[in-house]
Amino acid sequence: MKTIYILWLRELKRYFRSKSRIIGSLGQPILFLLALGYGLGTVFQKAGEGSYFQFLAPGIIGMSIIFTAIFSGIQMIWDRQFGFLKETLVAPVNRLNIMIGRTLGGATVATLQGLLVFLIVLIPGFHPYNWMLVPVAVLFMLLVALLFAALGTTIASLLDDMQGFQLIMNFLVMPLFFLSGALFPIDGLPVVLAGIVRFDPLSYGIDSFRILFTGSGSFGIGVDFAVLASVTAVFLALGSYLFSKIQI
Amino acid sequence: MEPIIRVEGLAKKFGDFTAVDGVSFSVEKGEIFAFLGPNGAGKSTTIKMLTTVLTPSRGTIALNGHDATKDPAAVRRSFGIVFQDPSLDDELTAEENMEFHGVLYGVPAKTRKERTRQLLEFVELWDRRKSLVKEFSGGMKRRLEIARGLLHHPAVIFLDEPTLGLDPQTRNHMWTYLQELNAKEGITVFFTTHYMEEAERIARRIAIIDHGKIIAMGTAAELRERTGKNSLEDAFLALTGNVIREEEAGATDRMRARGRMWQGRR
Repeated sequence: MKTIYILWLRELKRYFRSKSRIIGSLGQPILFLLALGYGLGTVFQKAGEGSYFQFLAPGIIGMSIIFTAIFSGIQMIWDRQFGFLKETLVAPVNRLNIMIGRTLGGATVATLQGLLVFLIVLIPGFHPYNWMLVPVAVLFMLLVALLFAALGTTIASLLDDMQGFQLIMNFLVMPLFFLSGALFPIDGLPVVLAGIVRFDPLSYGIDSFRILFTGSGSFGIGVDFAVLASVTAVFLALGSYLFSKIQI
Repeated sequence: MEPIIRVEGLAKKFGDFTAVDGVSFSVEKGEIFAFLGPNGAGKSTTIKMLTTVLTPSRGTIALNGHDATKDPAAVRRSFGIVFQDPSLDDELTAEENMEFHGVLYGVPAKTRKERTRQLLEFVELWDRRKSLVKEFSGGMKRRLEIARGLLHHPAVIFLDEPTLGLDPQTRNHMWTYLQELNAKEGITVFFTTHYMEEAERIARRIAIIDHGKIIAMGTAAELRERTGKNSLEDAFLALTGNVIREEEAGATDRMRARGRMWQGRR
């Protein structure tokens, strides 16, 4: 328990200490929100879909969560290269607890980042349809963050340097984001794309945010929860297994 | 008395390459033991296996009475280690690094605070305890790592080239402390170094490893006598030859080079 706590605390301390990272990682979501939100807003409205800004905001919250969560998982590669991972691996503690502590820490940080984006989108006029559901939405944000932090740790356990980092960003994180329905409605898509979207766990995360923030979604909150929870469980198990096999 | 470290027939293969090839030795409790060898001879691989981060291909290791493969947790509780490369968290303060270590090793909060103070005062970092480690010089980081490795009062301390890049003052200070600790608390010290005069002066016994095998073991005087040389350095060269060893840059080295480039952006 203490092991989990101290590793969680470490992630949080590192997050709050790197102000530049907090601010830097807000840049991208804000850019997407402004450029797309205002740029495509009129077209979207003319197509009879209502306010694009309202539609897009939950997607952008999801974007900041997935980027921060995967990145914090992948940061383990830095720890490995700069030696700190060794300090945790030679300690007389269960590796499962190390993995859980790290992942929870990364997930907490990603959720905070998502909350920050939520507060920012309120400024230009995003409004949740029911404020009572916002705490529930935060729980879903935490679940999504946990899923992708575990995915990040899983990947980081397989890589021993940052060579593959760009590959992961371009062939995993970007597709996960663009094919998740964060930017476009997923009803009435071409069959192939619709299939891919259903295969992307982030789709269910963003769908749940949309349901809880704006009251309309595609899969239903029950399905969203079931998919997110089971995929998270799989990645946590896989990540723990691979983490326990790390040798240096 | 049962030796504190007993290694029998230890081997490690990476694919076709045999890094450690059937090594056997034992270290008595309270001994200061030096483990020497040219680059790439198998020193670090052996230390990694002794400290349970690498699984041996063959052979057994018993440390403080526990088997390293069967009961790694008990082995891990029994030793402290100062790695060849820094293993501190740069984004945390000196004190937080100590706290992190103490919690991982289950040192009770009160004891942890007392020992942290004692150890940091000793390595002369108490005044800097609130500073982030990334502001520290190489020597300061090394001192902090030594303090951290001793926080849980291990039975054995492993030091992998602990004095690399330290000035003579710091080196002397560090060894004086370790010798004192060894005499007072009976802590066993196991270290590697490239400074022969250091091994000669500090270690009670010395093992020399080359090409994955132990080629000589004994006191400095015995090694000199065996080779008919006047100094340990000459004895070492006589035993291991004059050829300079090539070491391939591992992923870590490449990464570190890139890391330096990136440091401003992290």
